[in-house]
Amino acid sequence: MVKPFLALFFVLSFLGMAFNVGAEEQSFEELVAELPDTNFKTLPALLDKFAEQDDPRTAILLTNLLGGDVYYHPRSQQVITMTKVQGERQFIDVLTSEVIAEPSGVRLRKVRVNNSVRSHIRQLQAQQNISDSNPDVRLKAVKNLLSDVDQISPQLLANRLQKEQDSDIHALLSAIAALHELDSGDESKQLDAINTLRGNLQPDVRIALMQLQQRDALPETVRDALNSTLAGIETQRKWYGWAENIFFGVSMGSVLLLAAIGLAITFGVMGVINMAHGEMIMLGAYTTYVIQQAFPGLIEYSLLMAVPAAFLVSGFVGIVIERSVIQFLKGRPLETLLATFGISLILQQLVRTVFSPLNRQVAAPEWMSGSLQINPVFSVTYNRLYIILFSLTVFFALMIFLKKSSLGLHVRAVAQNRDMARALSVKSNWVDAATFGLGSGIAGVAGVVLSQLTNVGPNLGQSYIIDSFLVVVFGGVASLWGTLVSAMTLGIVNKFLEPVTGPVLATIIVLVGLVFFIQKRPMGLFPQKGRAE
Amino acid sequence: MTPISSFLRFAHLPQSRVEMTQNANNKTPEQLEGHHMKLKKLTLAAALIASSLASSVTFAKDDDTIKVGVLHSLTGTMAISETTLKDTVLMMVDEQNKKGGLLGKKIEAVVVDPASNWPLFAEKARELLVQEDVDVIFGGWTSVSRKSVLPVVEELNGMMFYPVQYEGEESSKNVFYTGAAPNQQAIPAVDYLMNDIGAERWVLLGTDYVYPRTTNKILEAYLKANGVEDKDIMIQYTPFGHSDWQNIVSDVKKFGSTGKKTAVVSTINGDANVPFYKELGNQGISAEDIPVVAFSVGEEELSGFDTSPLVGHLAAWNYFQSIYTDENDAFIAKWKAFIGDEDRVTNDPMEATYIGFNMWAKAVEQTGTTDVDTVSDALIGMATPNLTGGIAVMNPNHHLSKPVFIGEIQDDGQVEVVWETPGTVRGDAWSDYLETSKNLMSDWSAPMNCGSYDVVKGACTGAK
Repeated sequence: MVKPFLALFFVLSFLGMAFNVGAEEQSFEELVAELPDTNFKTLPALLDKFAEQDDPRTAILLTNLLGGDVYYHPRSQQVITMTKVQGERQFIDVLTSEVIAEPSGVRLRKVRVNNSVRSHIRQLQAQQNISDSNPDVRLKAVKNLLSDVDQISPQLLANRLQKEQDSDIHALLSAIAALHELDSGDESKQLDAINTLRGNLQPDVRIALMQLQQRDALPETVRDALNSTLAGIETQRKWYGWAENIFFGVSMGSVLLLAAIGLAITFGVMGVINMAHGEMIMLGAYTTYVIQQAFPGLIEYSLLMAVPAAFLVSGFVGIVIERSVIQFLKGRPLETLLATFGISLILQQLVRTVFSPLNRQVAAPEWMSGSLQINPVFSVTYNRLYIILFSLTVFFALMIFLKKSSLGLHVRAVAQNRDMARALSVKSNWVDAATFGLGSGIAGVAGVVLSQLTNVGPNLGQSYIIDSFLVVVFGGVASLWGTLVSAMTLGIVNKFLEPVTGPVLATIIVLVGLVFFIQKRPMGLFPQKGRAE
Repeated sequence: MTPISSFLRFAHLPQSRVEMTQNANNKTPEQLEGHHMKLKKLTLAAALIASSLASSVTFAKDDDTIKVGVLHSLTGTMAISETTLKDTVLMMVDEQNKKGGLLGKKIEAVVVDPASNWPLFAEKARELLVQEDVDVIFGGWTSVSRKSVLPVVEELNGMMFYPVQYEGEESSKNVFYTGAAPNQQAIPAVDYLMNDIGAERWVLLGTDYVYPRTTNKILEAYLKANGVEDKDIMIQYTPFGHSDWQNIVSDVKKFGSTGKKTAVVSTINGDANVPFYKELGNQGISAEDIPVVAFSVGEEELSGFDTSPLVGHLAAWNYFQSIYTDENDAFIAKWKAFIGDEDRVTNDPMEATYIGFNMWAKAVEQTGTTDVDTVSDALIGMATPNLTGGIAVMNPNHHLSKPVFIGEIQDDGQVEVVWETPGTVRGDAWSDYLETSKNLMSDWSAPMNCGSYDVVKGACTGAK
């Protein structure tokens, strides 16, 4: 019995020795050969060995591993990276860095990485990149190191602190240095460190301070400084929390504004209850989709092209609806409601037939994704930011149009007193069609925006029609300013309620509140004065 | 449901002959119109009814087909997920017919569209069982839709295969659950996050309906049993089709910035996932900081949008397209050929449909009949291969034994396995972690024949 075990022992220890000896001299080639046999547990250790080498291929390999682009041939064990270059797959041998032909007849196996391996790679990259010549790369590296400050040695840190010119990176480096000092146990060093970190909003700093606070054995002075620093950070966080909520509210309000502003014209100015308004929005969203399909190379500009196109498409459909249906139902609101509801169903079905009932994928241009980091606890997403700006632009452009242009003058004249306007030779029929077209066109523009926020499907319009009516009724029919104020109010109220009550209850509370408000003030926030009716 | 959506169903073009009769028999909004229309409409309706009668007569004579009902939403918020399952059943039927059908008869699929409208599921199920006289129904996705169908299949003694992961706490004599029960998906996922990722704080996000609420109740009980405190659990529900995720995502970010590892367990269903994941990406929440594990997001939901900001977020299922087995490769190739699109993907509910259909076909062949009771008895203990290299077994509680996989989302929309259970896990109809159900068990084989047997009281508490 003993013999086989003994033999096994010898074999194992021999393997162990070979392994240990090899660790000293393993070349890049040998390390790469080990890649196919790794798993999530052994891969980080292997990557550490890669990092110890000065091989220039290591950095490329790490980047490709991070992207999940490293594969191996199941039979020959050749390690290959597969990347997409302009839509074409490109295969590169890791050892020779040369482009090779696509291996045929096999499904390449992936060198798999998971979250912990990825964050390990990021740490390795950060240690390399902290001395990079590009400040952006350095900044990213330093931010990565902040979450695990033990990764950087005090010597390297001191060295970098001395050399660093960029003020942002320098501040982060001193924060890292201060975090090192926090654990030193030396009272004056700790105090200095806490003072350096005063007002620092980095989440990692706050966590480190909070962990220090948990400790029992702390000098009184350190504890006082710590408490006041943390209290300062908490106050700032609270303020930025409020700012964030207001931003969310305004951004929701601006979406409501865009969706409702077209309705404010057709319903508010013309008095037509247009149940097909949501479908005008939907048509705008589908226009964006069609444009992206037609110009697949121009995704970055697709939204800019879609705005006028959607305005024309929805506006044209609006005019057709007005001429063919609505003009015959003037003064009969119930029938208009039913007829436009019918139209909305027809349009939905049309879209289902043409585009399929499934949601369509509208791509987001590069400039619409990501967020603008104002400070570590407050950032605004670019898509929302642009949408706020855009919806305000549309609002004021419409305002100016109605105030300054002659068509705008006619629209207002017809809205206020149709007979008098006609007596003054305003072609009220023509004005009605143009107004309806304008309102529908703006709904189409709203559709372009919504295609960036939600799913583009046949039911898109339905989810916004109720909200749009709410905004218009709450703001006061026929008042554009009212629409602006009510959209923003509803957005902000919603967003302040949501964290407390949850989105479902928040909607209910807002609705109930509105019902009571309309009971008190049936004409909304800004009732029109002296309307001749 | 708003009045708008209940009107909606009239708007759909008839999906099949069946729906035509439905529309003609029901009162339509057109009746609100003037009297002069009435005569015309009467004639039209009469014509429609006559034609449908004629056709059902011909079908009643038609004895050499076996009818399979397909009850999946082809329109509305769930269409994104359910249309695929309709096509899967059609593919399976097609394939079975190529092999010569069943019992020497051709299989005919009867497709209806319940339009993501839960009460309509019950109506359509009744229509399938009564008017079409189908032998089996494959259908449902959301739990509300299943709950809506349940009384109908029980009343009419139909047979239904439900292919989606669900919250458990149910066992019907007439339903076979081929998707995962909570102990085959949610509990292992939480175990993985707790033990392998080291999560200590938990956000449970879900759509506001029965599946997420029950699953989260089970998970909350499970987490607390594992020593997680109340303050470390945050629960939030959103409506179907929710699109403004700004503050929820921001709250998650704040909740996760206390230094303790935080994980999100998502039971968000349907197309609300697209804006949710977009917002996660935009606000820069990376999987390395706060991983999100989803129970309703698979390859199908991920296909078509840029998943590069989502790399590393997790999904827990009993099947992934990326798993290398010969059966799976063949299935994927067959699916792509059937649908005629190289870019189409496969997912877990498709595998569940595949297993369900194969089991049913095998049971019918074994017993030589499509009689519901006989086939039901034959199904218990039935074993067919799954697509991940193992064998799926139907247990007496009408749930399957399946392996559980946890995968990370990749930038090509595929999900790669990072963890799996060593063997198969037996589906548990009644959760052991809920006070109300921990004593219950389900066994539809003789002599017990009970869906909810209380082992403490020693009595059957539900319908036999």
